[in-house]
Amino acid sequence: MSFAVSAQLEARLDELTTHYPVKRSASLMFLHALQEEFGHISPEAVEWTAKKLGLQPINVYELVTFYPMFRQEPLGKTHVKVCRTLSCALAGSASIRDHFCKKLGLDPHAHTPQTTPDGKFTVEFVECLAACGTAPVVLVNENLHEQVTTAKADAILAGGK
Amino acid sequence: MPEQYKLILKHADEPGYTPDLGCYLRHGGYEALKKAFATSPRALADGKSLSPQEVVRDDVKASGLRGRGGAGFSAGLKWSFVDRRSGKPIYLICNADESEPGTFKDRQIMHKDPHQLIEGMIISCWANDVKLAYIYIRGEMPHGAKLLEQALAEARNAGFLGKNILGTGYNLEIYVHRGAGAYICGEETGLIESLEGKRAYPRIKPPYFPAVLGLYMCPTIVNNVETLCHVKHIVTMGAGEYAKLGTPNNTGTRIVSLSGDVKQPGYYEIEVGKVTLGQLIHDANFGGGLKPGRSLKAVIPGGSSSKVLKAGEVFKLNRKGADGQMTKVDVPMLDLPYDFDSLQAAGTMSGSSAIIVLDDSRSMVETLANLSEFYAHESCGQCTPCREGALWLAKGLHRLSHGEGRKADAEYLSHIAQNIQGRTICAFGEAAAWPVLSFIKKFKDEFEAKGAADEAAHAKGAGPSHELKLAASPNQH
Repeated sequence: MSFAVSAQLEARLDELTTHYPVKRSASLMFLHALQEEFGHISPEAVEWTAKKLGLQPINVYELVTFYPMFRQEPLGKTHVKVCRTLSCALAGSASIRDHFCKKLGLDPHAHTPQTTPDGKFTVEFVECLAACGTAPVVLVNENLHEQVTTAKADAILAGGK
Repeated sequence: MPEQYKLILKHADEPGYTPDLGCYLRHGGYEALKKAFATSPRALADGKSLSPQEVVRDDVKASGLRGRGGAGFSAGLKWSFVDRRSGKPIYLICNADESEPGTFKDRQIMHKDPHQLIEGMIISCWANDVKLAYIYIRGEMPHGAKLLEQALAEARNAGFLGKNILGTGYNLEIYVHRGAGAYICGEETGLIESLEGKRAYPRIKPPYFPAVLGLYMCPTIVNNVETLCHVKHIVTMGAGEYAKLGTPNNTGTRIVSLSGDVKQPGYYEIEVGKVTLGQLIHDANFGGGLKPGRSLKAVIPGGSSSKVLKAGEVFKLNRKGADGQMTKVDVPMLDLPYDFDSLQAAGTMSGSSAIIVLDDSRSMVETLANLSEFYAHESCGQCTPCREGALWLAKGLHRLSHGEGRKADAEYLSHIAQNIQGRTICAFGEAAAWPVLSFIKKFKDEFEAKGAADEAAHAKGAGPSHELKLAASPNQH
């Protein structure tokens, strides 16, 4: 698959670089935008970003490997991030994650993000999502779901089919 | 019975209150900014005078405002450290990387009342001669980032931002910058590195104090979301009136995030020090008590990095008597006023004002294993003691909580933690070590009993399972 950034996206990114006195600062915002557009950060996206910002590809690649939100592999259309950290764990987030995994035929004991073969869902355990008062919480793409029960989890799955 | 005191969250949860500019203006929005711009120079006793900007900076210092992010350092003092003679631009960064487990207060402000933060930022920037500022919001709050961008655009269109703000000749731009899931970005020098487009490796201090060598090696102020909002109210109320809120040296209000084993988890804004830890947990106005049939086991009082408090602990605190003399007084844990100084005196901290309550159904081993996995995942990897040690702690606790423990593990884990704290560039080392040290110190019996039980179980089932094997590595990115 060839890597092509649309003129529209490129214009948006060019505007973003004007927010910073030093272009390199725009790296994270570039990677967010490219990941939103292409679903993951490919080596081509790394090289493209480096070229745009006057950097070496390693300067960009080391961000992709450092920041947990960036992915080098394509993800499912619906990305389910279940909070693993203490307040959510106390409220049963492990069983919510297990429920997602079992319903989708994924391994509930796997530690890394898992994607269903049809590419529809990715389930991941993530660290604190800063919504501990309404634990357990699940971030589905950009939407936060609070006080998630197995019934709510089923509704999330139904929405992503 | 103590009640909430809503200053920052006065409107946020009112029915019909929306995050747009129109609504904010209908509720007196941007009046504090106008008031700040109209500040008169202040004559001093020695014949000199303070410029309007210096007056606001002085008021923030006089208000006693302490940082709401975690360290509780005087905001006015922090501002006073800024190198104003370097000739370099001064930057201000709003630390909106709310990530300390248990904390969810800044989320409320940014999602429900973003203009309050922006107004606080504009005043703070103006008072510090800042022309360019950033809101560094954590990557997992995409909706918050959009709301803030919208609010900034509205403020720009209305003349509160951009060139010649409200005809004063003052220029300021504020941009939203998104993080990407790394807890370490909440550490201010790590945040600065991240904003420069690099891995968020914290910088060593000295020499890299942000006030002197911050963003792009220029003087930089990094303040928490809630702290910046308070600046608005200090301008509105005046430093003297503001300082009457709360208690001496612990002024103002604070939003407490309450989670874990209480009936009513949530966020509660209180006058600092006017409500006790016990009231926050048990009163109907706050946590509403524990779940039926449960009793209190422990409290993590200031975010997951703070040292745990055990139910029934009694602390010796200095109290001023009727005669003005300081005497040592016994204060039970639940009677600790929820403020910066009392929690510190009790050997812990109010940190990010996030309380996690644990009842008697909870295993301290599993609780600590959960926290240590967080720190192992989030160590940035720059300093060896933290990178290796945080992972050892997580592995050891994973083993202990999965039936592969030893009685000696309690000592072993404490030993590792002791060799992390104080040996790292940033405070993450302490953040990873303190929960381990405090849990094991205060609940040693439970840790040793778990290890001894595992050993006994293995001794019975003779064979190779008696040999220790490292359990599978915990969740690593």
